[in-house]
Amino acid sequence: MLDFFIKNRGQIASLTLEHVWLVGIAMTIAVIVGVPLGILVSRNAWLRKPILGATNILQTIPSLALFGFLLPAPWLGARADRLAIVALVLYALLPIVRNTYTGIMAIDPAVKEAAVGMGMTDGELLTLVELPLSAPFMLAGIRIATVTAVGVATIAAAVGAGGLGELIFRGVAMVNDQLILAGAIPAALLAIAADVVLGALENRMRVPKS
Amino acid sequence: MSRTEESSKSSPVIEFRGVGYQLANQTLLHDISFSVFAGETLVLLGRSGAGKTTALKLINRLLAPTYGEVHVGGRSTTSWDSILLRRSIGWVIQESGLFPHYSVESNIAVVPKLERWADDRVTARVSELMQLVGLEASLRTRYPHQLSGGQRQRVGVARALAADPRILLMDEPFGALDPITRTELQKEFLNLQRSLRKTVVMVTHDLHEALVLGSRIALFDSGKLIGVFTSQEFANSQDPRVREYLSPFREAALPI
Repeated sequence: MLDFFIKNRGQIASLTLEHVWLVGIAMTIAVIVGVPLGILVSRNAWLRKPILGATNILQTIPSLALFGFLLPAPWLGARADRLAIVALVLYALLPIVRNTYTGIMAIDPAVKEAAVGMGMTDGELLTLVELPLSAPFMLAGIRIATVTAVGVATIAAAVGAGGLGELIFRGVAMVNDQLILAGAIPAALLAIAADVVLGALENRMRVPKS
Repeated sequence: MSRTEESSKSSPVIEFRGVGYQLANQTLLHDISFSVFAGETLVLLGRSGAGKTTALKLINRLLAPTYGEVHVGGRSTTSWDSILLRRSIGWVIQESGLFPHYSVESNIAVVPKLERWADDRVTARVSELMQLVGLEASLRTRYPHQLSGGQRQRVGVARALAADPRILLMDEPFGALDPITRTELQKEFLNLQRSLRKTVVMVTHDLHEALVLGSRIALFDSGKLIGVFTSQEFANSQDPRVREYLSPFREAALPI
Protein backbone atom coordinates (compact mmCIF):
# COMPACT_ATOMS: atom_id res chain seq x y z
CA MET A 1 0.00 0.00 0.00
CA LEU A 2 2.71 2.43 1.08
CA ASP A 3 4.78 1.34 -1.90
CA PHE A 4 1.89 2.23 -4.15
CA PHE A 5 1.67 5.73 -2.65
CA ILE A 6 5.39 6.29 -2.99
CA LYS A 7 5.48 5.02 -6.53
CA ASN A 8 2.64 7.29 -7.60
CA ARG A 9 3.41 10.24 -5.35
CA GLY A 10 3.87 12.60 -8.29
CA GLN A 11 0.39 11.97 -9.64
CA ILE A 12 -1.26 11.92 -6.21
CA ALA A 13 0.36 15.24 -5.36
CA SER A 14 -0.69 16.93 -8.57
CA LEU A 15 -4.27 15.66 -8.27
CA THR A 16 -4.37 16.82 -4.63
CA LEU A 17 -3.26 20.27 -5.74
CA GLU A 18 -5.91 20.28 -8.43
CA HIS A 19 -8.45 19.28 -5.80
CA VAL A 20 -7.37 22.08 -3.47
CA TRP A 21 -7.52 24.52 -6.36
CA LEU A 22 -11.08 23.50 -7.31
CA VAL A 23 -12.31 23.75 -3.74
CA GLY A 24 -10.35 26.94 -3.04
CA ILE A 25 -11.70 28.84 -6.04
CA ALA A 26 -15.23 27.57 -5.40
CA MET A 27 -15.18 28.56 -1.72
CA THR A 28 -13.78 31.99 -2.49
CA ILE A 29 -16.63 32.65 -4.91
CA ALA A 30 -19.18 31.13 -2.53
CA VAL A 31 -18.07 33.46 0.28
CA ILE A 32 -18.07 36.50 -2.02
CA VAL A 33 -21.63 35.66 -3.11
CA GLY A 34 -22.99 34.02 0.04
CA VAL A 35 -22.04 36.53 2.75
CA PRO A 36 -23.65 39.53 0.98
CA LEU A 37 -26.74 37.37 0.30
CA GLY A 38 -26.91 36.55 4.02
CA ILE A 39 -26.62 40.25 4.90
CA LEU A 40 -29.31 41.10 2.34
CA VAL A 41 -31.64 38.49 3.81
CA SER A 42 -31.06 39.82 7.34
CA ARG A 43 -32.22 43.28 6.22
CA ASN A 44 -35.14 42.39 3.94
CA ALA A 45 -37.61 40.01 5.51
CA TRP A 46 -39.39 39.46 2.20
CA LEU A 47 -36.23 38.02 0.59
CA ARG A 48 -35.83 35.46 3.35
CA LYS A 49 -38.08 32.76 1.92
CA PRO A 50 -37.05 32.99 -1.74
CA ILE A 51 -33.30 33.13 -1.10
CA LEU A 52 -33.06 30.63 1.74
CA GLY A 53 -35.56 28.40 -0.11
CA ALA A 54 -33.55 28.47 -3.33
CA THR A 55 -30.26 27.65 -1.62
CA ASN A 56 -32.06 24.91 0.28
CA ILE A 57 -33.38 23.31 -2.90
CA LEU A 58 -29.93 23.50 -4.53
CA GLN A 59 -28.54 21.44 -1.72
CA THR A 60 -31.16 18.70 -2.05
CA ILE A 61 -30.08 17.97 -5.64
CA PRO A 62 -27.79 14.92 -5.66
CA SER A 63 -24.32 16.13 -6.63
CA LEU A 64 -23.86 13.75 -9.52
CA ALA A 65 -27.19 14.93 -10.97
CA LEU A 66 -26.18 18.59 -10.52
CA PHE A 67 -22.99 18.02 -12.50
CA GLY A 68 -25.12 16.28 -15.16
CA PHE A 69 -27.66 19.12 -15.29
CA LEU A 70 -24.95 21.73 -15.79
CA LEU A 71 -23.20 19.79 -18.55
CA PRO A 72 -25.38 21.10 -21.43
CA ALA A 73 -25.09 24.73 -20.27
CA PRO A 74 -23.32 26.65 -23.07
CA TRP A 75 -20.45 28.44 -21.29
CA LEU A 76 -20.15 26.00 -18.40
CA GLY A 77 -20.15 22.82 -20.42
CA ALA A 78 -17.19 24.06 -22.43
CA ARG A 79 -14.74 23.41 -19.61
CA ALA A 80 -15.07 20.77 -16.95
CA ASP A 81 -13.31 22.74 -14.19
CA ARG A 82 -15.64 25.72 -14.74
CA LEU A 83 -18.62 23.45 -14.40
CA ALA A 84 -17.25 21.78 -11.29
CA ILE A 85 -16.56 25.13 -9.62
CA VAL A 86 -20.07 26.42 -10.32
CA ALA A 87 -21.61 23.25 -8.92
CA LEU A 88 -19.45 23.46 -5.80
CA VAL A 89 -20.40 27.13 -5.32
CA LEU A 90 -24.11 26.29 -5.57
CA TYR A 91 -23.67 23.59 -2.92
CA ALA A 92 -21.72 25.86 -0.60
CA LEU A 93 -24.26 28.69 -0.65
CA LEU A 94 -26.80 27.27 1.79
CA PRO A 95 -24.58 26.95 4.87
CA ILE A 96 -22.87 30.28 4.19
CA VAL A 97 -26.02 32.30 3.52
CA ARG A 98 -27.95 30.72 6.35
CA ASN A 99 -25.19 31.06 8.93
CA THR A 100 -24.46 34.68 7.99
CA TYR A 101 -28.15 35.43 8.38
CA THR A 102 -28.48 33.47 11.63
CA GLY A 103 -25.35 35.09 13.05
CA ILE A 104 -26.65 38.58 12.42
CA MET A 105 -30.10 37.78 13.78
CA ALA A 106 -28.60 36.20 16.93
CA ILE A 107 -26.99 39.47 18.07
CA ASP A 108 -28.59 40.86 21.22
CA PRO A 109 -31.18 43.42 19.99
CA ALA A 110 -30.13 45.74 22.84
CA VAL A 111 -26.60 45.88 21.40
CA LYS A 112 -27.93 46.77 17.96
CA GLU A 113 -30.29 49.34 19.40
CA ALA A 114 -27.43 50.90 21.38
CA ALA A 115 -25.43 51.13 18.16
CA VAL A 116 -28.25 52.81 16.28
CA GLY A 117 -29.12 55.03 19.25
CA MET A 118 -25.52 56.25 19.44
CA GLY A 119 -25.75 57.41 15.86
CA MET A 120 -24.22 54.65 13.75
CA THR A 121 -25.22 54.62 10.11
CA ASP A 122 -26.41 51.33 8.65
CA GLY A 123 -22.97 50.72 7.16
CA GLU A 124 -21.26 51.38 10.50
CA LEU A 125 -23.71 49.08 12.27
CA LEU A 126 -22.84 46.34 9.79
CA THR A 127 -19.05 46.69 9.78
CA LEU A 128 -18.45 47.67 13.41
CA VAL A 129 -21.06 45.55 15.16
CA GLU A 130 -22.93 42.99 13.11
CA LEU A 131 -20.11 41.44 11.07
CA PRO A 132 -17.63 41.10 13.95
CA LEU A 133 -20.27 39.68 16.26
CA SER A 134 -21.60 37.22 13.69
CA ALA A 135 -18.13 36.17 12.46
CA PRO A 136 -18.05 32.89 14.42
CA PHE A 137 -21.40 31.82 12.93
CA MET A 138 -20.27 32.84 9.47
CA LEU A 139 -17.01 30.89 9.82
CA ALA A 140 -18.94 27.85 11.05
CA GLY A 141 -20.97 28.00 7.84
CA ILE A 142 -17.83 28.38 5.74
CA ARG A 143 -16.25 25.45 7.56
CA ILE A 144 -19.23 23.15 6.95
CA ALA A 145 -19.37 24.26 3.31
CA THR A 146 -15.64 23.67 2.79
CA VAL A 147 -15.61 20.21 4.34
CA THR A 148 -18.62 19.26 2.21
CA ALA A 149 -17.01 20.74 -0.89
CA VAL A 150 -13.86 18.63 -0.43
CA GLY A 151 -16.07 15.53 -0.57
CA VAL A 152 -18.32 16.69 -3.38
CA ALA A 153 -15.33 17.74 -5.47
CA THR A 154 -14.29 14.08 -5.81
CA ILE A 155 -17.43 13.59 -7.89
CA ALA A 156 -16.31 16.37 -10.23
CA ALA A 157 -14.00 13.81 -11.82
CA ALA A 158 -17.11 12.24 -13.34
CA VAL A 159 -17.37 15.21 -15.70
CA GLY A 160 -13.63 15.29 -16.26
CA ALA A 161 -12.73 18.16 -13.91
CA GLY A 162 -9.86 16.24 -12.36
CA GLY A 163 -8.96 16.22 -8.70
CA LEU A 164 -8.63 13.26 -6.39
CA GLY A 165 -11.92 11.84 -7.66
CA GLU A 166 -10.06 10.74 -10.74
CA LEU A 167 -8.14 8.13 -8.76
CA ILE A 168 -11.33 6.99 -7.04
CA PHE A 169 -13.31 6.62 -10.27
CA ARG A 170 -10.43 4.84 -11.93
CA GLY A 171 -10.08 2.54 -8.94
CA VAL A 172 -13.79 1.73 -8.98
CA ALA A 173 -13.68 0.97 -12.70
CA MET A 174 -10.65 -1.27 -12.29
CA VAL A 175 -11.81 -2.77 -8.98
CA ASN A 176 -8.51 -1.61 -7.50
CA ASP A 177 -8.70 -0.79 -3.77
CA GLN A 178 -5.26 0.74 -3.70
CA LEU A 179 -6.23 3.22 -6.39
CA ILE A 180 -9.46 4.12 -4.60
CA LEU A 181 -7.58 4.69 -1.34
CA ALA A 182 -4.96 6.76 -3.12
CA GLY A 183 -7.78 9.21 -3.88
CA ALA A 184 -9.86 8.77 -0.75
CA ILE A 185 -7.16 9.12 1.90
CA PRO A 186 -5.77 12.47 0.70
CA ALA A 187 -9.35 13.72 0.26
CA ALA A 188 -10.20 12.75 3.82
CA LEU A 189 -7.02 14.38 5.11
CA LEU A 190 -7.86 17.56 3.21
CA ALA A 191 -11.33 17.64 4.77
CA ILE A 192 -9.91 17.14 8.26
CA ALA A 193 -7.30 19.85 7.70
CA ALA A 194 -9.95 22.31 6.51
CA ASP A 195 -12.10 21.45 9.52
CA VAL A 196 -9.27 21.97 12.01
CA VAL A 197 -7.94 25.19 10.52
CA LEU A 198 -11.33 26.85 10.06
CA GLY A 199 -12.50 25.57 13.43
CA ALA A 200 -9.52 27.20 15.14
CA LEU A 201 -10.25 30.46 13.33
CA GLU A 202 -13.89 30.25 14.39
CA ASN A 203 -12.88 29.84 18.03
CA ARG A 204 -10.59 32.84 17.87
CA MET A 205 -13.46 34.98 16.60
CA ARG A 206 -15.81 33.88 19.35
CA VAL A 207 -16.83 36.72 21.63
CA PRO A 208 -17.35 35.76 25.26
CA LYS A 209 -20.87 36.34 26.49
CA SER A 210 -21.25 38.98 29.12
CA MET B 1 -37.24 74.39 43.14
CA SER B 2 -35.32 77.44 42.09
CA ARG B 3 -33.40 75.66 39.38
CA THR B 4 -36.57 74.66 37.59
CA GLU B 5 -38.13 78.10 37.91
CA GLU B 6 -35.01 79.74 36.66
CA SER B 7 -34.63 77.49 33.65
CA SER B 8 -38.31 77.53 32.73
CA LYS B 9 -37.85 81.11 31.60
CA SER B 10 -35.53 79.96 28.83
CA SER B 11 -36.77 77.90 25.90
CA PRO B 12 -36.97 74.16 26.48
CA VAL B 13 -34.22 71.84 25.22
CA ILE B 14 -36.71 69.08 24.57
CA GLU B 15 -40.39 69.61 23.97
CA PHE B 16 -43.22 67.17 23.30
CA ARG B 17 -46.11 68.83 21.47
CA GLY B 18 -49.25 66.72 21.48
CA VAL B 19 -47.31 63.56 20.65
CA GLY B 20 -48.96 60.23 19.99
CA TYR B 21 -47.35 56.97 19.00
CA GLN B 22 -49.17 53.99 17.57
CA LEU B 23 -47.82 50.62 16.59
CA ALA B 24 -50.02 48.21 14.64
CA ASN B 25 -53.26 49.89 15.75
CA GLN B 26 -52.15 49.89 19.35
CA THR B 27 -51.79 53.27 20.96
CA LEU B 28 -48.63 53.31 23.05
CA LEU B 29 -48.61 57.06 23.70
CA HIS B 30 -51.61 59.32 23.73
CA ASP B 31 -51.38 63.09 23.18
CA ILE B 32 -48.30 63.77 25.32
CA SER B 33 -47.03 67.32 25.93
CA PHE B 34 -44.20 68.30 28.24
CA SER B 35 -40.93 70.22 28.21
CA VAL B 36 -37.45 69.53 29.53
CA PHE B 37 -35.25 72.49 30.37
CA ALA B 38 -31.49 72.92 30.29
CA GLY B 39 -29.67 71.31 33.19
CA GLU B 40 -32.62 69.57 34.76
CA THR B 41 -33.18 65.86 35.28
CA LEU B 42 -36.66 64.87 34.24
CA VAL B 43 -37.62 61.40 35.39
CA LEU B 44 -40.22 59.48 33.40
CA LEU B 45 -41.91 57.32 36.00
CA GLY B 46 -44.51 54.63 35.51
CA ARG B 47 -45.21 50.91 35.47
CA SER B 48 -43.93 48.57 32.79
CA GLY B 49 -45.75 49.28 29.56
CA ALA B 50 -46.76 52.80 30.57
CA GLY B 51 -44.95 54.26 27.56
CA LYS B 52 -41.85 55.72 29.26
CA THR B 53 -39.28 54.01 27.06
CA THR B 54 -41.35 54.79 23.96
CA ALA B 55 -41.28 58.47 24.94
CA LEU B 56 -37.51 58.29 25.45
CA LYS B 57 -36.94 56.72 22.03
CA LEU B 58 -38.97 59.48 20.40
CA ILE B 59 -36.36 61.98 21.59
CA ASN B 60 -33.43 60.46 19.67
CA ARG B 61 -35.72 59.35 16.89
CA LEU B 62 -35.32 55.65 17.36
CA LEU B 63 -39.07 56.10 16.91
CA ALA B 64 -40.96 58.80 15.02
CA PRO B 65 -44.24 60.17 16.37
CA THR B 66 -47.48 59.04 14.73
CA TYR B 67 -48.86 62.50 15.34
CA GLY B 68 -47.61 65.64 17.05
CA GLU B 69 -43.99 66.77 17.17
CA VAL B 70 -40.99 66.23 19.37
CA HIS B 71 -38.63 69.21 19.34
CA VAL B 72 -34.97 68.92 20.28
CA GLY B 73 -32.91 72.11 20.35
CA GLY B 74 -35.85 73.99 18.85
CA ARG B 75 -36.29 71.73 15.83
CA SER B 76 -38.63 68.85 15.17
CA THR B 77 -36.81 65.50 15.34
CA THR B 78 -38.20 64.64 11.91
CA SER B 79 -36.40 67.63 10.38
CA TRP B 80 -33.05 66.62 11.95
CA ASP B 81 -30.60 64.31 10.22
CA SER B 82 -31.24 61.37 12.56
CA ILE B 83 -27.55 60.37 12.64
CA LEU B 84 -26.51 63.90 13.71
CA LEU B 85 -29.34 64.06 16.22
CA ARG B 86 -28.32 60.78 17.85
CA ARG B 87 -24.64 61.68 17.99
CA SER B 88 -25.51 64.88 19.83
CA ILE B 89 -27.47 62.95 22.47
CA GLY B 90 -25.92 60.58 25.00
CA TRP B 91 -27.79 57.29 25.38
CA VAL B 92 -27.46 55.01 28.41
CA ILE B 93 -29.36 51.75 28.58
CA GLN B 94 -29.36 48.77 30.90
CA GLU B 95 -26.09 46.91 31.00
CA SER B 96 -26.68 44.74 27.94
CA GLY B 97 -26.04 47.67 25.63
CA LEU B 98 -22.22 47.56 25.79
CA PHE B 99 -20.48 46.11 22.75
CA PRO B 100 -19.22 42.70 23.91
CA HIS B 101 -16.41 42.59 21.32
CA TYR B 102 -14.99 45.98 22.35
CA SER B 103 -12.70 46.70 25.28
CA VAL B 104 -13.71 49.31 27.87
CA GLU B 105 -11.61 51.86 26.01
CA SER B 106 -13.16 51.08 22.62
CA ASN B 107 -16.67 51.10 24.06
CA ILE B 108 -16.16 54.57 25.49
CA ALA B 109 -14.52 55.77 22.27
CA VAL B 110 -17.34 54.73 19.93
CA VAL B 111 -18.90 58.12 19.22
CA PRO B 112 -15.60 60.08 19.11
CA LYS B 113 -14.32 57.48 16.62
CA LEU B 114 -17.49 57.77 14.54
CA GLU B 115 -16.90 61.52 14.60
CA ARG B 116 -13.33 60.87 13.42
CA TRP B 117 -11.50 62.54 16.27
CA ALA B 118 -7.70 62.31 16.16
CA ASP B 119 -6.33 59.27 18.03
CA ASP B 120 -4.53 61.18 20.78
CA ARG B 121 -7.62 63.25 21.46
CA VAL B 122 -9.70 60.06 21.78
CA THR B 123 -7.14 58.51 24.14
CA ALA B 124 -7.08 61.61 26.32
CA ARG B 125 -10.87 61.82 26.40
CA VAL B 126 -11.18 58.15 27.42
CA SER B 127 -8.77 58.69 30.34
CA GLU B 128 -10.66 61.78 31.42
CA LEU B 129 -14.02 60.01 31.32
CA MET B 130 -12.81 56.90 33.12
CA GLN B 131 -11.61 59.11 35.93
CA LEU B 132 -14.85 61.10 35.89
CA VAL B 133 -17.06 58.02 36.32
CA GLY B 134 -14.70 56.32 38.81
CA LEU B 135 -13.19 53.56 36.68
CA GLU B 136 -9.62 52.50 37.44
CA ALA B 137 -7.22 53.03 34.56
CA SER B 138 -6.26 49.34 34.73
CA LEU B 139 -9.73 48.40 33.44
CA ARG B 140 -9.05 50.09 30.12
CA THR B 141 -8.25 46.92 28.19
CA ARG B 142 -10.86 44.71 29.87
CA TYR B 143 -13.94 43.45 28.05
CA PRO B 144 -17.51 43.90 29.30
CA HIS B 145 -17.84 40.26 30.42
CA GLN B 146 -14.84 40.78 32.71
CA LEU B 147 -16.52 43.65 34.59
CA SER B 148 -18.97 43.79 37.46
CA GLY B 149 -22.48 45.13 36.84
CA GLY B 150 -21.60 48.45 38.46
CA GLN B 151 -18.44 48.81 36.38
CA ARG B 152 -20.37 48.03 33.20
CA GLN B 153 -22.86 50.73 34.01
CA ARG B 154 -20.07 53.24 34.63
CA VAL B 155 -18.67 52.37 31.21
CA GLY B 156 -22.16 52.92 29.78
CA VAL B 157 -22.34 56.39 31.32
CA ALA B 158 -18.80 57.25 30.18
CA ARG B 159 -19.66 56.09 26.66
CA ALA B 160 -22.75 58.29 26.58
CA LEU B 161 -20.78 61.32 27.79
CA ALA B 162 -17.86 60.77 25.39
CA ALA B 163 -18.67 63.42 22.79
CA ASP B 164 -19.90 65.81 25.49
CA PRO B 165 -23.55 65.85 24.41
CA ARG B 166 -25.92 68.42 25.81
CA ILE B 167 -28.62 65.87 26.39
CA LEU B 168 -28.41 62.53 28.16
CA LEU B 169 -31.13 59.88 27.80
CA MET B 170 -31.07 57.11 30.38
CA ASP B 171 -33.28 54.04 30.16
CA GLU B 172 -33.38 52.38 33.59
CA PRO B 173 -29.64 52.92 33.91
CA PHE B 174 -29.37 51.44 37.39
CA GLY B 175 -32.16 48.87 37.04
CA ALA B 176 -30.03 45.74 36.84
CA LEU B 177 -27.78 46.51 39.81
CA ASP B 178 -27.82 45.23 43.37
CA PRO B 179 -29.24 47.76 45.88
CA ILE B 180 -25.88 48.79 47.34
CA THR B 181 -24.23 49.42 43.98
CA ARG B 182 -27.37 51.14 42.82
CA THR B 183 -27.37 53.61 45.70
CA GLU B 184 -23.67 54.25 45.17
CA LEU B 185 -24.14 54.98 41.49
CA GLN B 186 -27.17 57.17 42.16
CA LYS B 187 -25.07 59.29 44.51
CA GLU B 188 -22.32 59.55 41.96
CA PHE B 189 -24.80 60.48 39.30
CA LEU B 190 -26.01 63.37 41.47
CA ASN B 191 -22.45 64.57 42.00
CA LEU B 192 -21.69 64.26 38.33
CA GLN B 193 -24.85 66.07 37.34
CA ARG B 194 -24.06 68.90 39.77
CA SER B 195 -20.88 69.66 37.85
CA LEU B 196 -21.91 68.71 34.29
CA ARG B 197 -25.50 70.04 34.33
CA LYS B 198 -26.61 68.02 31.34
CA THR B 199 -30.23 67.99 30.32
CA VAL B 200 -31.20 64.50 31.44
CA VAL B 201 -34.30 62.43 30.72
CA MET B 202 -34.31 59.24 32.75
CA VAL B 203 -36.75 56.34 32.65
CA THR B 204 -37.38 54.38 35.82
CA HIS B 205 -40.15 52.45 37.53
CA ASP B 206 -38.52 53.00 40.90
CA LEU B 207 -40.23 55.81 42.82
CA HIS B 208 -37.37 56.16 45.27
CA GLU B 209 -34.93 56.65 42.42
CA ALA B 210 -37.27 59.17 40.82
CA LEU B 211 -37.54 61.22 44.01
CA VAL B 212 -33.80 61.15 44.69
CA LEU B 213 -32.53 61.90 41.19
CA GLY B 214 -35.26 63.90 39.50
CA SER B 215 -35.58 67.66 39.33
CA ARG B 216 -39.10 66.85 38.23
CA ILE B 217 -41.10 63.67 37.73
CA ALA B 218 -43.35 62.95 34.75
CA LEU B 219 -45.80 60.21 35.72
CA PHE B 220 -47.01 57.95 32.92
CA ASP B 221 -49.89 55.53 33.02
CA SER B 222 -51.14 53.38 30.11
CA GLY B 223 -49.69 55.68 27.48
CA LYS B 224 -50.95 58.87 29.06
CA LEU B 225 -49.06 61.56 30.92
CA ILE B 226 -50.72 62.04 34.32
CA GLY B 227 -48.69 65.13 35.11
CA VAL B 228 -45.26 66.58 35.77
CA PHE B 229 -44.40 67.19 39.42
CA THR B 230 -41.54 68.27 41.63
CA SER B 231 -40.67 65.74 44.35
CA GLN B 232 -42.63 67.81 46.89
CA GLU B 233 -45.66 68.13 44.67
CA PHE B 234 -45.52 64.43 43.93
CA ALA B 235 -45.33 63.37 47.59
CA ASN B 236 -48.18 65.72 48.56
CA SER B 237 -50.41 65.20 45.56
CA GLN B 238 -54.04 64.29 46.16
CA ASP B 239 -54.42 62.82 42.67
CA PRO B 240 -55.54 59.20 43.22
CA ARG B 241 -53.25 57.93 40.46
CA VAL B 242 -50.26 59.50 42.19
CA ARG B 243 -51.37 58.28 45.61
CA GLU B 244 -51.75 54.79 44.19
CA TYR B 245 -48.12 54.97 43.20
CA LEU B 246 -47.11 56.15 46.65
CA SER B 247 -49.19 53.70 48.68
CA PRO B 248 -46.87 50.66 48.53
CA PHE B 249 -44.13 52.87 49.93
CA ARG B 250 -46.40 54.30 52.63
CA GLU B 251 -47.53 50.83 53.65
CA ALA B 252 -43.98 49.61 53.92
CA ALA B 253 -43.21 52.79 55.88
CA LEU B 254 -40.16 53.41 53.77
CA PRO B 255 -38.53 56.77 54.08
CA ILE B 256 -39.04 58.46 50.76
